[in-house]
This record gives sequence, structure tokens and C-alpha cells, in this order.
Amino acid sequence: MSTNWNRKDLLGLRELSADEINFILETADAFKQVGTREIKKVPALRGKTLVNFFVEPSTRTRTSFELAAFRLSADVINISATTSSLTKGETLKDTARNLEALHADILVLRHSSAGAPQFLAQRLKSSVINAGDGAHEHPTQGLLDLYTIREKRGKIDNLHVVIVGDILFSRVARSNIFGLTKLGARVTLVGPSTLVPREFEKLGVAVSNQIDKVLPDADVVNLLRIQHERQRKEYFPGISEYTTLFGLTKERAKLLKPDCLVMHPGPINRGVEIDSEVADGLQSVILDQVTNGLAVRMAVLYLCGGIAA
Amino acid sequence: MQMDNKKHSASPARTSGVPIMDAEAIRRALRRITHEIIEQNADLKSVVLAGIPLRGVEIARRLAEFIRDVAKIDIETGTIDVAMHRDDVGTRAELPMVHASKLPLPLEHRTVIIIDDVLFTGRTARAAMDAISSFGRPARIQLAALVDRGHRELPIRADYVGKNLPTATREQIQVRLQNVDQEPDAVWLFKE
Repeated sequence: MSTNWNRKDLLGLRELSADEINFILETADAFKQVGTREIKKVPALRGKTLVNFFVEPSTRTRTSFELAAFRLSADVINISATTSSLTKGETLKDTARNLEALHADILVLRHSSAGAPQFLAQRLKSSVINAGDGAHEHPTQGLLDLYTIREKRGKIDNLHVVIVGDILFSRVARSNIFGLTKLGARVTLVGPSTLVPREFEKLGVAVSNQIDKVLPDADVVNLLRIQHERQRKEYFPGISEYTTLFGLTKERAKLLKPDCLVMHPGPINRGVEIDSEVADGLQSVILDQVTNGLAVRMAVLYLCGGIAA
Repeated sequence: MQMDNKKHSASPARTSGVPIMDAEAIRRALRRITHEIIEQNADLKSVVLAGIPLRGVEIARRLAEFIRDVAKIDIETGTIDVAMHRDDVGTRAELPMVHASKLPLPLEHRTVIIIDDVLFTGRTARAAMDAISSFGRPARIQLAALVDRGHRELPIRADYVGKNLPTATREQIQVRLQNVDQEPDAVWLFKE
């Protein structure tokens, strides 16, 4: 009854096998149930220290990790680097030294540079969990999306998942692509060709810039936020034009199958990539994603943090 | 479920094991526990049989069937996960598999009987009691085990025991149940 999990770090979904991904999802089932108990807390990581190190701003991911750690009885420190003194390279090394000095067992890292979590994982005994690194990966978001699809549709294999928006700059899209294709889903990326280049076809997915042709066949639509902070003007047509061409408007949502799920990793830009009526509609599982994120993060912290150092 | 690391190492070859109980002996032991549970619990309807995965869950299911036969009462069963309540996470090379707990709620005014296959150090039973407490406050908690092999590390005693089996700490006890292991019902003793 023991597990075959032997990773101290979660850096991305690209390096995980389908079995490992499924194992995290099954473990998350057990932890989701903890949220329904009278006492929503288990002692699994008692005595462990978790450091939330967020170099980029984040509310929901940081809060979700923090709550997940509390529910596992770990102690939590939040470090947010809002100052501009932090840059790549030497600073990350310094970070590593400081965290080792604090005896942190688990480091949850969000960083604007792709590869930063891997850099630290190779240098620290602590577990390193990637909470989003540049435009690279956001594995726990990918996992919670997979979990939500599996929970609502009963499977992932053979489903057609359509991801709409700014794929080029999206770590959420990459983690979703790796996870979904490993578990047998068919993936179509939709967006302006500047943001959804054909190169993505090499990852085993389809690419389209005609949303109205793709939506009627979708089992899941995952809408990504336009990342203004990563955007340069020349990539992007303009907000109202984007909504006209790619937004999931009330009218466009009529193209969807009745059991198609509408997902969004948040934060939502209402009226841009999705209309309020659709975001709050019956097909929307956006708030389920948030709830499931907690269970998935508990599972990841338990699996990575519970391994003997 | 035993809390020692030995159990989690690769199973020794079946040939080196000594059979302690066969299917009939297990059936008789569970039948006797059934009668003891009925005798000890005047209000049988308030009893919940909470099995510890994996084999405790199967034993709970069988006990519930026997109780239905004998007392004509359907009593409720549940699953109680202990993995996330253990006191040795982070000290082992392998992590125990976590399962979702399922108990009929609320537990107030009920008797929860924890069901395990092997009672050894008592640490699993302690973890199960902790887990149950996070769901509520039952009137009583009792403990049943198919095999009690001794070597307690905590002040814990079983209310119902199928077989008392004195062992050396180096020895291993393995319970095999048809529905869980796809092997005939049996209890095996392995000398290291």
C-alpha cells in the first residue's frame, strides 16, 4: 500500500509520466474529502516548514498553497519580492542560501524566469514546487484543470479540449498541453496566429484561428487570460477586436454542446475573453477549479514534501 | 495495516511462509467476532464498522454480512484513511498511499468500530482514532483485528481479536483476502 512516487520536486508536467499524473489526481481525491470534514486539517506534514516565495505577484495561487499547507499542518512563511533588487542569476543563488539557512522543507516558487525552479531544485535539499515560471509551466494549474475535467466528465481520454487565447505567453497552456496529451485528450489551440504559432503542432496538438468552427466539437473550453503584462503591442490586435474574434460571448456560447465545460484559470477579464453570463453560467466550472486547486496542491505537497530527505 | 517498514518491502517468496489461518479459520474467527460485537453492543443500529484500507475495509464488509445473517440488521460500514494521520511521514523512503475516508455522519451518539487486519504496534489504531475525531465525536470507539501479533508501542488494546499470535519483531504477518489480493483467504507468517 505504499506509493511509487519518488520525486522531491514538481517542476512541470512535461517530465511526468501518465501514471505519475494519474497518481497525483488519485491522491487529490483523498485530500479533497478532507475539506468536507468537521476538522479540515490532518497532521501529515506536521513539523515541516513551507516557504511561499513569490517573485511575481499572485493572490490565488499563493493563497491556495498557503491553505493547502495549513490543512496539512505545515508551518508557512510568505516571502514576496516586490522590490526591484531581485534579478536573475546570483540573486537566485542567494535566495537558495537564505532558504537553506531557514531550514525550509518545501519551497513553492513563482518566478518570472523560465527554469528558475529547476535551478533551485538542483541546488537545494528542500522540495521545490513550481508555482509558475515565466512562460514555461504552471504544473499545479495544469493538474487542477485535469482534475476538474476528470471529476466532471469522468475521464480525460478521447475528450476534445479547446484552449483559447494567448498560448505563446501562457505557462498554463503549456502545462495543460503536456498533461492533456499524456492522458489521451485531443487538444486544439485557438487564437490569433501571432499568439498561437503553428510551431505548437509539434507538441501533438491542432492549431486554429477560427473559433466558431472549433467550438461545436469541444468537450471542454479553457479560456486563458490575455497577459497584458507579458504582451507587446505588435502581437495583439486590441481588446475589442480580440473579443469580437475570440471572446466566448453569450452568442458564441450557443455553439457549445450542452455538456461542454467552460474553464478559466482566473483572474477573469469579464467582457474580454469571456462574457459574464457565460462565466457565471451552468456550464462554467471556474469555481470548482479553485476548490480542486486546493486538493491538488495538498496532494503535491504531501507527495513531494513527505518523501524522506 | 502494520506500521513497520518491513511490510512495505518486496513480498518474500510465498514458499518461505508458514500458513497460520486458512479460509475456514478466518471465517470462523470473523463469525465469532460477529457474535461478540452483537453481545457488546445493545444498540446495534448505532454501530459503524470503519475499515482501514485495504483489507480492513474488506473485513468490515464481511462482518456486516455476518451481522445481517445473525441479527437481521443492516449496519453501516465506512472507510477510515490513516495515511495522512501517521506520525512517520518524512522519515520513510516510501510514502503510504492515501485514500478518501468515508463515514456516515454525524458520528455523535454512535459506536465506531475500527477494523484492521493485523494489530501490531498500535500506531495505525492511534492514527485511525485521530482521523475519526476530525469527523466528529462518537460516543465510543472500539477496535477489532483479525490477528493480534503483540509488540504494542502505545497503550492500545483490541476489543475484538480473531487470533492472538505471539511473534518475534523480525517476523512478518501477511493477511491475504480473496477480494483484495485475488488469492485464497489466508494468514501467513514469514520468518526473516
